[in-house]
Amino acid sequence: MQLLGATVVPVTNGSQTLKDAINDALRDWVANVENTHYVLGTVSGAHPFPAMVRFFHEVIGEEARGQIIDQIGRLPDAVCACIGGGSNAIGLFHGFLDDAAVKIYGFEAAGDGVETGRHAATITLGRPGVLHGARSYLMQDEDGQTIESHSISAGLDYPGVGPEHAYLADLGRVSYEAITDVEAMDAFKLLCRTEGIIPAIESSHALAGALKIGQRLTADAEKPEDVVIIVNLSGRGDKDVQTAADWFGLLDEDGNVKGTMLSTRSAKGAAHGAGVEHEKAQGEKAQGQEAMDINAEDASNE
Amino acid sequence: MSESTSGPDAPVTYISKSQAAIERAKAAGRKALIAYLPAGFPDKQTSIDAAIAVARNGADIIEIGIPYSDPVMDGSVIQAATTQALDNGFHVGDVFDVVAAITAETDAAVLVMTYWNPVMRMGVDEFSRRLAEAGGAGLITPDLIPDEASEWFAASDKYGLDRVFLVAPSSTPERVAKTVAATRGFVYAVSIMGVTGARSSVSSAAEAVVAAAHDAGAANVCVGLGVSRPEHVREIAAYADGVIVGTALVAALRDGGVPAVGALAKELSSGFDTPSTPVKENATS
Repeated sequence: MQLLGATVVPVTNGSQTLKDAINDALRDWVANVENTHYVLGTVSGAHPFPAMVRFFHEVIGEEARGQIIDQIGRLPDAVCACIGGGSNAIGLFHGFLDDAAVKIYGFEAAGDGVETGRHAATITLGRPGVLHGARSYLMQDEDGQTIESHSISAGLDYPGVGPEHAYLADLGRVSYEAITDVEAMDAFKLLCRTEGIIPAIESSHALAGALKIGQRLTADAEKPEDVVIIVNLSGRGDKDVQTAADWFGLLDEDGNVKGTMLSTRSAKGAAHGAGVEHEKAQGEKAQGQEAMDINAEDASNE
Repeated sequence: MSESTSGPDAPVTYISKSQAAIERAKAAGRKALIAYLPAGFPDKQTSIDAAIAVARNGADIIEIGIPYSDPVMDGSVIQAATTQALDNGFHVGDVFDVVAAITAETDAAVLVMTYWNPVMRMGVDEFSRRLAEAGGAGLITPDLIPDEASEWFAASDKYGLDRVFLVAPSSTPERVAKTVAATRGFVYAVSIMGVTGARSSVSSAAEAVVAAAHDAGAANVCVGLGVSRPEHVREIAAYADGVIVGTALVAALRDGGVPAVGALAKELSSGFDTPSTPVKENATS
C-alpha cells in the first residue's frame, strides 16, 4: 500500500481487527470531512457506500455473463463467490439476479466450524444488527456487542456483511453456505496443483463451495457433463503464501521455509544419507512431518 | 414544565424529564449542565456513586453511556473507560440498575446514551419499557437518524421517553429541520466535526449549529464535544440552553475517583454567569 502512495496508520484501539480499523477510519473521516473522502473497499457501511461499491464491481457480473454466453452459448447453471463483506460477490451476482434459472451461491467463512463459534459466517449465524451505519446480519452476543470473527482468510475475517446480501438471503434469491478453513485450503491446494494458479484464500472458499455445488448439480442432472458453474476467482494468492506455507507445515519454528537439503534428497525408497547429514535430516523430519510428507508427495508425482 | 404530544397517533401526553430539568435550571437563572458518565466504569457501584456526586454538584441531567464494542463517536478516553467496563463484565441490562439507583437518589433527569445495536438486540420495546420502569428520561442515540427510527418513535411514545437526536456542523438545513421535528427533550448540538474528547477551546462552529436548530423550532439546544473547563461552560451558556461535558468527567473519575468527579462538576457549574442556586433537596453546591 505504501508503494502505491498510501500512508498506513496502525490502529491500536479496541480489538485491533478490521472492524476497529473501520472504526478509526470513520473517526478520522468525521474529523476531516471537509477535505477527506472515505473509501470503503467492500459493500458494507452506511448508504451510499454499499451501492457505490456494488456499482464499481458490477463489471464482474457483466463480463462474466457476456463471456459465458460467448463460450457456451447459454447461461451457466450456477455462479459461486466468497462472502466477507461481499463486494466481489455482489458484483458477480448482479449479472445474474434477473436470470431466474441461474442458481446463485455465496460462501462465507466457517473458520474452525460454525458450531465452534470461531468463524465469520455472518448470514449463516443469522442475527440482525447495526454496525458501521448499516443494518444487516451481524456477529454479536446477547447484548449486541460485536463478536470477533475468525477465518484463515484475512479478507473474510469481518463480523458484518453487506446489507444487500442480507436482503438477497431473506428474499431467497441467493443461497449462503459456510466453508471451513480446512475445506478452503484443500481447494486452494487443488487449484495450485491442477491449474498452476495460486488463488486468494478468500476465493478458495468459493472454489470449495463450487466443488460441493458441482457434485449436487451433476447428481441431479440428466447430462452431468453439461453442468456449467462460474466461480469468481476474486483474488490472487500471492499475498497469502505466508499463511498457506504455515497452514501446510512448510515453515520452521522461526517462520522460515523448510527446504530439503540437496544432499539429503534421495531417490524414492533409498535410505537417507549417512552420518551427520542423516542426523540433520532426522531432526528436520521431526520438526515438520507434514512438510516432509508434501515433499514425498511431490516426488511421487514426478 | 411543558407538555409534549407526538402527533395524532400518539395519545400519550407526557412530561419531558429532560426538558423539565432544563427549565428548572433556567428558572434558577442559569443554563443546564449535562454530565456524561459510562455505566460500569470503573465498576457498576462506582459509576452510580460518581453520577450521584455529579448530580449533587450541579449537573441537571445525567447521561449514562452504555459501553459498546464499537464506539465510533468516542475518542480514546471514553473508549478506554468503556472497554474496561466491558472487560469487567458489564452487561446491557446493568444500565437499568444504574439509572434506577441515580433517580432514587437525585432529582436529575437521567438519559441513556447508546449506540443503537444494543437497543435493537434487546428489542426496542423491551429496552424502552425497562428504561421507563427504572425512571429513565429517554435516550440519546448518536448513530440513529430519524429516517430509520420508526420503532423508537413508537416505543418512546408508548413509554413517555425523550428522544435526543444529534445535529452537527455538517447538517444541512433540511437535516436540521427533520432532526428538530423528531426530537423531544433537547437537541444535541455537536460542536465540531470529530469524536468525543476534551479540547482546549470549543469550536466557534457550535454557535451556528445552535442557531440553526433554534431557527428550526427547537426549544432547547445543548452543546457537547470538547467541553472541559468552566470558561467553556460560560461561553456556551451565552447562546445554548445547556452544556454537555463527558470526557473531562470520565478522566477525573479515572484519575481521582468519585471525589474528583464531584469536584469537577462543581467547578464546571461555576462557569454559569449567575452561580447556580441549589434546586435539589440534597444538593451540596
